[in-house]
Amino acid sequence: MRARDAILKRLRERTDSPLSAPESDFAVVTHRGWSQEERLARFERWIVSVHGEVIHAPRDTWTDTLAKVLADKGVRRLALGKEHPVAAEARHALADAEVELVDVDRDIESWQREQFERVDAGLTSTRGAIAETGSLWLWPTPDEPRLISLVPPIHVAVLDADTLEDTFFDVVEAHGWADGMPTNALLISGPSKTADIEQTLAYGVHGPRALVVIVRHAAAAAGGEA
Amino acid sequence: MSVQSHDVQPQGVQTYSPREFHRQAHDALGNPQIRANFRKAMDGLMTKRRDSFGDWDLETLRELGANIRLRALAKLPDLLEQLEANCEANGIRVHWAEDGDQACRIIREICESHDASSVVKGKSMVTEEMHLNAHLEEAGIEALESDLGEYLVQLNEQTPSHIIMPAIHLNTDEISEILHDKTGTERTRDVDYMTAAARSQLRERFMAADVGISGVNFAVAETGTLCLVENEGNGRMTTTVPPVHIAVTGIEKVVEQLRDVPPLYALLTRSATGQHVTTYFNMISSPRKDGEHDGPKEVHLVLVDSGRSSIYQDDELLDTLRCIRCGACMNHCPVYTRVGGHTYGTTYPGPIGSILSPHLMGLDETKDLPTASSLCGACGEVCPVKIPIPDLLVRLRRESVGEGRGNVPGAGVKRTRKEAAAWKGFQWLATHPAVWRAGTAVAGKLKALMPAKLGSWTDYRTAPRPAGTTLHALVKRHQANKTHGEER
Amino acid sequence: MTPVKLYPPKPEKVYFFGTCLVDLLYPEAGLDAIRLLEREGIEVLFPEDQTCCGQPAYTSGYQQEARAVAAAQLDLFPEPWPIVVPSGSCGGMMRTHYPQLFAGSDLEERANEVAGRIHELTEFLVHVCHLKLEDRGAPEKVAMHTSCSARREMGLAETGPALLAQLGKVELVEQARGAECCGFGGTFAVRHPEVSAAMVEDKTAAIEEAGAQRFVTSDCGCLMNIGGRFAHQKTPVEGEHIASYLWRRTS
Repeated sequence: MRARDAILKRLRERTDSPLSAPESDFAVVTHRGWSQEERLARFERWIVSVHGEVIHAPRDTWTDTLAKVLADKGVRRLALGKEHPVAAEARHALADAEVELVDVDRDIESWQREQFERVDAGLTSTRGAIAETGSLWLWPTPDEPRLISLVPPIHVAVLDADTLEDTFFDVVEAHGWADGMPTNALLISGPSKTADIEQTLAYGVHGPRALVVIVRHAAAAAGGEA
Repeated sequence: MSVQSHDVQPQGVQTYSPREFHRQAHDALGNPQIRANFRKAMDGLMTKRRDSFGDWDLETLRELGANIRLRALAKLPDLLEQLEANCEANGIRVHWAEDGDQACRIIREICESHDASSVVKGKSMVTEEMHLNAHLEEAGIEALESDLGEYLVQLNEQTPSHIIMPAIHLNTDEISEILHDKTGTERTRDVDYMTAAARSQLRERFMAADVGISGVNFAVAETGTLCLVENEGNGRMTTTVPPVHIAVTGIEKVVEQLRDVPPLYALLTRSATGQHVTTYFNMISSPRKDGEHDGPKEVHLVLVDSGRSSIYQDDELLDTLRCIRCGACMNHCPVYTRVGGHTYGTTYPGPIGSILSPHLMGLDETKDLPTASSLCGACGEVCPVKIPIPDLLVRLRRESVGEGRGNVPGAGVKRTRKEAAAWKGFQWLATHPAVWRAGTAVAGKLKALMPAKLGSWTDYRTAPRPAGTTLHALVKRHQANKTHGEER
Repeated sequence: MTPVKLYPPKPEKVYFFGTCLVDLLYPEAGLDAIRLLEREGIEVLFPEDQTCCGQPAYTSGYQQEARAVAAAQLDLFPEPWPIVVPSGSCGGMMRTHYPQLFAGSDLEERANEVAGRIHELTEFLVHVCHLKLEDRGAPEKVAMHTSCSARREMGLAETGPALLAQLGKVELVEQARGAECCGFGGTFAVRHPEVSAAMVEDKTAAIEEAGAQRFVTSDCGCLMNIGGRFAHQKTPVEGEHIASYLWRRTS
């Protein structure tokens, strides 16, 4: 008998009586009822607590903030998409800047070593974020592939403040994740870290050592100082 | 840095055996460095866990966690089929293995079909359980651990001493020495320097790897999604950079729905390391699709039974399979804290290991593990999915002495005529109250009933002073005094 | 964890189950517990045929033997009075494990009924007697060791300290890792003597470092273990069962 059938048969014909499945009450992971201000405050508190950097910017001038971040961090080569409005706006704004823009809509096989060794930062959009844990959620696309948020030493993520939700459960439910998962769905909460050397935290062990979140605010709510 | 320069030799791996629990415990207890490293680490982890649940209704959350796992187990065969169907529909190839050897063969064959010579691994306890690295090594395939702790342990030719923090038995100086010896870094106490060195060593290996092998934290039947929880990013590297990804998991790791994942994830990170969240939560539902530019072109899922379906047969033992591998039970175990993970000689140390390993290795190999607990209950108290670990330890003690249901491999191995007779003697005395009341005489006999090593009590403690009387006698006198209207 | 327990009003009478360790090694503690209960106006019934709750056999895996010993105790409490046990360990055995031990057997109903009446001594003094104490002793620094069974199996981390808090001249000192096991664990101490010794060494060190002149506990297993270790080290920290301590300081 094939392993599969043998295993399933053993599970189906268990010695003790058939098991009954309990119902689950998910109330404890939802219904937080936070206001937008509370969400933002929680998100920021948590992601900063794990070494994420949060910079607030008005929706219409966020690329100035981006340019400043890149300059401050000494980024010379920035990997980014083309089609997503975040990438498109960034490209437009940085066209005359000193930063070299690196295309990512190429199969990784053709530029793996370049990506690993000669990219200073990756810029990505985000689909939203989770207030309760200070997490960004990303569904990488051909335009913004998986490794852009992982391989370069700095990850700059752009988040619209109004896409913040309370809990992970809320995000999964509200956006119908179960109806169609992408190749890769990610929650990112801070830069890469380890405590494997005697519980001492160190950042950038495999992934980025810095995560900068530019939180974009619609005109009316802009200027929320951090 | 050249790829060949830091070869590790897993065949030289330092081995521990559960048969040698007593000797290994003796050695660990006599090693002040081990004692200090574990005490410090466990104290920190306990505090962090407590703080991380601060504003949660922890009992309700644990109840939900237990409930989700129970529901998954109740529907396990159906969910495994659903998981398989959804993974296959997404392009993930699913394999089934009866035991570790079969799983190793499946993995090796996938590697060989790609002419793989180099494999990079994310942390996976189930592959430790089946000694996958050694198996691949024999086939000429180098398997490199990429989780920093696992990497250090592999460099040091050891096995992990904790399921979440593999190198927790090592302190900064020891790690500096290992990195210096094996990879030529400077001796230092600078953790950032050491981390950066490991980063650059491992990045080369990620680029060169033909296959990435990872574990799975939760496999979602509803969507065919594999969830991986991590902080370092090596898990994402392992599952994204090499052209082939093989995920390996025990059959019990399946959950029914995507909505089951957030509560389990919340419990896992807080219970394990006291983090409110990990850096990455990586959900993989398919290989690279047409038009996508990175990620493996092939993804395989290997479902391993290896004793789990036999645990599944028994209503009481079934609870063992609820485990989400957070390690909180070991962090809070006063025995684990004293003797460390290697002493157990098993892939899974500590309380969860003591209730799981007997099924994987047999009670003949592991007979000292179920007794290696004072039944203090700390493990059961913190378990995020409410596994009644102390009750299961007692159940396995029962099985070891042949008074259980006989459905654990090696059942009855610990039963000796002498000890069985002693307990029969105890039973006889305790069911013959008049004899029992013979007081001090009985006390004398009771001493003879204790297991042979009673003498060890007095190596560390003064023996209790015999009272010279019994409560039965005192109560009699007390009652007589009362009827005569006097007290004391 | 036991579900929230509803406590009865203070009864006229209680049964007292002394436990084998008290019977054989610490009979005075048992008598002091009886005196405390009697002082509250409760008549204490001491069934003469009581022996042991069966826990040593139970935790060693000797299920049949444990069941036989436990069965012999079930007949000792015919009237519906509460059953008071001066030990969290034996109390936990009787309250939590008796129902499991007899599940599906003829004795199931009686085991459940008896289990429902089991109260650990400090629990009974606090929640049923609402005991009020007047301290007559000298000022003293004391550490409390709550047994793991009382703390976790019976959910009684607070009752012992609550009683000690009523003693005006007693300063209850806080030990490091107070909730950690002392390493007794019944036959654990004989099967894994070195590990057990490492645990009790840490426990005595913590009590000493807390500045305690004395430690009290509600379990004689822990008392024998921790007290035995202090005596072996010739450290002048005395141990006492909480029943004796309360009786001594308030009578």
